[in-house]
Amino acid sequence: MSSKICSVPFKGTKEQEAQLKAIIDSLRDQRGCLMPIMQKAQGIYGYLPIEVQTFIADELNIPLEKVYGVATFYSQFSLYPKGEYKISVCLGTACYVKGSGDVYEKLMEKLGIAGGECTADGKFSLDACRCIGACGLAPVMTINDDVYGKLTVDKLDEILAKYN
Amino acid sequence: MYRSHVLVCGGTGCTSSGSQQIQDALKSEIAKAGLENEIAVVQTGCHGLCALGPIMIVYPEGTFYSMVKPEYIPEIVSEHLVKGRVVKKYVYDETVSGDEIKPITETDFYKKQYRVALRNCGVINPENIEEYIATDGYAALGKVLTEMTPEQVIDVVLASGLRGRGGAGFPTGRKWQMARNLVQDGGPKYVCCNADEGDPGAFMDRSVLEGDPHAVLEAMAIAGYAIGANQGFIYVRAEYPIAVERLQIAIKQAHEYGLLGKNIFGSGFDFDIDLRLGAGAFVCGEETALMTSIEGNRGEPRPRPPFPAVKGLFDRPTILNNVETYANVAQIILKGADWFAGMGTEKSKGTKVFALGGKIKNTGLVEVPMGTTLREIVEEIGGGVPNGKKFKAAQTGGPSGGCIPPEHLDVPIDYDNLLAIGSMMGSGGLIVMDEDNCMVDIAKFFLEFTVDESCGKCTPCRIGTKRLYEMLDKITKGKATLADLDKMEELCYYIKANALCGLGQTAPNPVLSTLRYFRDEYIAHVVDKKCPAGVCKSLLSFTIDQDKCKGCSMCARQCAANAIERTDYIAPGNKLASFAIDSAKCVKCGACMSTCKFKAISKQ
Repeated sequence: MSSKICSVPFKGTKEQEAQLKAIIDSLRDQRGCLMPIMQKAQGIYGYLPIEVQTFIADELNIPLEKVYGVATFYSQFSLYPKGEYKISVCLGTACYVKGSGDVYEKLMEKLGIAGGECTADGKFSLDACRCIGACGLAPVMTINDDVYGKLTVDKLDEILAKYN
Repeated sequence: MYRSHVLVCGGTGCTSSGSQQIQDALKSEIAKAGLENEIAVVQTGCHGLCALGPIMIVYPEGTFYSMVKPEYIPEIVSEHLVKGRVVKKYVYDETVSGDEIKPITETDFYKKQYRVALRNCGVINPENIEEYIATDGYAALGKVLTEMTPEQVIDVVLASGLRGRGGAGFPTGRKWQMARNLVQDGGPKYVCCNADEGDPGAFMDRSVLEGDPHAVLEAMAIAGYAIGANQGFIYVRAEYPIAVERLQIAIKQAHEYGLLGKNIFGSGFDFDIDLRLGAGAFVCGEETALMTSIEGNRGEPRPRPPFPAVKGLFDRPTILNNVETYANVAQIILKGADWFAGMGTEKSKGTKVFALGGKIKNTGLVEVPMGTTLREIVEEIGGGVPNGKKFKAAQTGGPSGGCIPPEHLDVPIDYDNLLAIGSMMGSGGLIVMDEDNCMVDIAKFFLEFTVDESCGKCTPCRIGTKRLYEMLDKITKGKATLADLDKMEELCYYIKANALCGLGQTAPNPVLSTLRYFRDEYIAHVVDKKCPAGVCKSLLSFTIDQDKCKGCSMCARQCAANAIERTDYIAPGNKLASFAIDSAKCVKCGACMSTCKFKAISKQ
């Protein structure tokens, strides 16, 4: 996880809050409801800023530390907003032995950001992920829901151009 | 009645290579030809041969079309489905011999396989419960609830010799027995399914969930009856959206058919299953960590004892089995313990699914009887290492396992043999490496993974793996001494002996096994400051062969570090002077080497 302080101001709406409230109300009696609630909250806001974590903690009447602890433990939860296009490079073993490490490095160089970060224009964010299960196509990356397989460093420009 | 069924693979591998578009194209072409009532298009789970995706099979003939593109579809529909003429050029070439088309079961990839856990994957539509029922689905649950006592169920599972397929190989029947007998206070008990397949490069569980979700639900209900539980939880990776969706559909359908819920088969037994999505933490594959996570906490493991069979989820007796383990259960009940125990080796019964990946021709999913040799899997089923490269090692057990060198290729695979040669079964990831892979780099790759995934609760794992990683990093940068190798080995044994959970205890395995079998590679890095495979960048040097260089300047224009300059030397027969690389400026990106048309640049 990137250690940079998030400088993007929180832009949550009343509708989003009402949506989250409804979800919390429907799940609050279920044992172990915190993670499902946080997963749904991230679905609504795209990430889990401190404002959303505080809201969840207050609603469930649990300490904010507990929510923050869970948010920082699991790699799925993000405290920072993601780019319009989320690039995820598989660094699972099957992809790694076929060169996904080089692809990941090249993307950092091309986008000028480190893994876990987002470009200044908010267009691309870059993450490494562990195995999306498409090992037959290794090395693999995804951009939002599009999967690109059998990658080489040379193909990156052409792929990125589709999103520019 | 349909005269033909066209099965299109809807597993993650084939979906990623575009199988949805194939289905759409098929449906529209079939409609155009007016054949909707004669030909059915069925979306199935994984067929296993992911490298050849998208895969499409036409029954009753069993013609296997591979790497299908939407633009092939009109021809396949008009020729094959309308006129009955197989379009040979799109058929998987291994099934074509002269004028004959072989059935898929006779190809090298499928010939040696025996499918128990995967029996329905790629055969039925996983989103339709009736197709599962038609292949004896829920018959085992019926038999258990109406004809057997819980003790009898446990006895059958014990006698079958089934061991946990998640990695450690604990006897499944014994786990169930403990959960049934140790606490009998009438309070709730739980059945959990570990579908948090975190081993990078393994996708067996995902394929079972995508291809045959009801098999898991049925087995969990059987387990619930055996131990006296009425509630099950499936903890599944959120990164597996197709599996999650199919599980949700399956649970809903099972409810509608009365196969989950209250009073199943009129037996008075109630059982329900909830899904919990994991959030990307490898340590949650460890049983106590998984339960802590279902409870809504940071997924940190807890010390055992107390074992989950006594105090598990919500402090109640709980069993946790892996997806593949469950996928065997209904078959064992129906066909008997002797049938299952008849397969495999003395201490490892049945079959095992492996996710074959890396430097191998037939990437995909294979299921073989225990005791099959690694050579059979790699060379016969997998088709060997591509591009004429030499096999170097097979990695099993993911970040907890080790690398198996060529001299052990003939060892029959089972739990105990793999442990004896310094690896482990693990969940079934099997990654093949060739001469271009550096074993020190691979060990470093796995340690980077464990450092990242260590939960931080115990010191040996949190700090030990970090130090281990730093030592490996030093080696790959050519800064280590021979004394560092000994220190590293000592630290490995210390971490193994002292870490709290399985993650830490097995984290040093990739280092130990590569040290054991590929020590010469470590020595080359440490003493000669060379990476024999040419992977570790700090140890590489790029040079231009001045006599092969034509002086075209392509490399110099590619070089971002301006490390390449023209020399005064003109090679015989050339008009332009050759180039040379200034090793002090070179950042070893390799861009020059890939642009050179004359193969004049080499790395060492």
